[in-house]
Amino acid sequence: MLTKRIIPCLDVKEGRVVKGTQFLQLRDAGDPVECAKIYNAQGADELVFLDITASHEKRKTMVDVVARTAESCFMPLTVGGGIRTVGDMREMLLAGADKVGINTSAVTTPDVIDAAAEAFGCQCLVVAIDAKRNERGSWTVYTHGGRTPTELDAVEWAAEVCRRGAGEILLTSMDSDGTKAGYDIALTRAVSEAVTIPVIASGGAGNMQHMADVLSGGKADAVLAASIFHFGEYTVGDVKQFLSSQGVPMRLV
Amino acid sequence: MNLGVLDYGAGNLRSVLNAFKAIGHEAQLVTEPKGFEGLDVLVFPGQGAFGDSVRIIKERLLWDPLKQWLKDERPYLGFCLGYQLLFEASEESPGVEGLGVAPGIVRKFLPDHGLKIPHMGWNQVHWEERGAKWWKGLPNPSYLYYVHSYYPDVADKSLALCTTTYGNEFTAGICKDNLMAVQFHPEKSQDTGLTLLRNAVGVFA
Repeated sequence: MLTKRIIPCLDVKEGRVVKGTQFLQLRDAGDPVECAKIYNAQGADELVFLDITASHEKRKTMVDVVARTAESCFMPLTVGGGIRTVGDMREMLLAGADKVGINTSAVTTPDVIDAAAEAFGCQCLVVAIDAKRNERGSWTVYTHGGRTPTELDAVEWAAEVCRRGAGEILLTSMDSDGTKAGYDIALTRAVSEAVTIPVIASGGAGNMQHMADVLSGGKADAVLAASIFHFGEYTVGDVKQFLSSQGVPMRLV
Repeated sequence: MNLGVLDYGAGNLRSVLNAFKAIGHEAQLVTEPKGFEGLDVLVFPGQGAFGDSVRIIKERLLWDPLKQWLKDERPYLGFCLGYQLLFEASEESPGVEGLGVAPGIVRKFLPDHGLKIPHMGWNQVHWEERGAKWWKGLPNPSYLYYVHSYYPDVADKSLALCTTTYGNEFTAGICKDNLMAVQFHPEKSQDTGLTLLRNAVGVFA
């Protein structure tokens, strides 16, 4: 049986992990490659690097981080943040990333989804969708790191990126993100049922039960989490043991 | 041992080179026909569409040496598209002939009953006893990483190395004396994948 995936996410700025990681066994918890190795050893199913570097010139640093990670971690690696063109994607893939994530550029120039699927195959492209509840009871897509609302309905937009050739959707609930009160189950379920590609749920993980809830009730194929892992509350292994005991199909290492 | 990784310009081969390096082997890229000279093992970790790949491999004059390599029953490791191309044809690219090393057609998963496509993630691989030398040291079943939308419908089940269930059961890999080819990605399957590569190199040594 295909297992549900547990995906730690590291925010990286100018080549350093930010938002803190507290791996006591690490000499340098700011080095993304060192953190990636720890998650690799814990049995993470994939890893996401989110590049939040502000300046374009300094993005080259991320290419080096990806290349060094791919030398020692033999698991799927996704890189997102600041990727706009097919050329940007190619650079990351050649460095050793397996998938690239796009968000704002998918909204502003949707044709980039088709172009990327054509150039690299749909399995390489993750479209990230940041969604926030509106007064109509549905969800609106936001861009630019959640600062800019669009006219797009999140469920409709998910269906469109699927049609255009995205391989996967990384869905973040802006209402839940950072609250540690649980994922947005209704949003995740609505998107998952509207598309034929896998959906990664993100935003709101506070405990392991939240993950079980979004994987079952929300019909997510994978969960992404940052702080719950970084601050050492649980290891990836703890989470997998728990979810497995709840009947969620897991790869236990 | 000289390991050659077939490079037709389509994808990221760094992961495959890194994985061989991690088990102590420096592989070289095979980008032109004379790259086949002096090789002991050919590795084909293809990705992309079936038809496009055949077209590009032919344009780069790598198709005939590849076919000859397989006809001569020389050591071959195929991953993902390097597995699918061994068959006769694919629903992905009607009318395009594959390498025809094994009988069967590559078929598309159908999105029935909410089945997500691509088949993406870690799934159980059930090993066949006949291929024991390839998977020695691994549990049965093992978990390996998949990402694909098409799978070979293998006509000759006596070639099977392993099976996986996604929607229905499919043959996830085949083996012969001179070859092992699998749908999943050993280079992305952590220690399980590295063990498989180490075994393969050992079989050919």
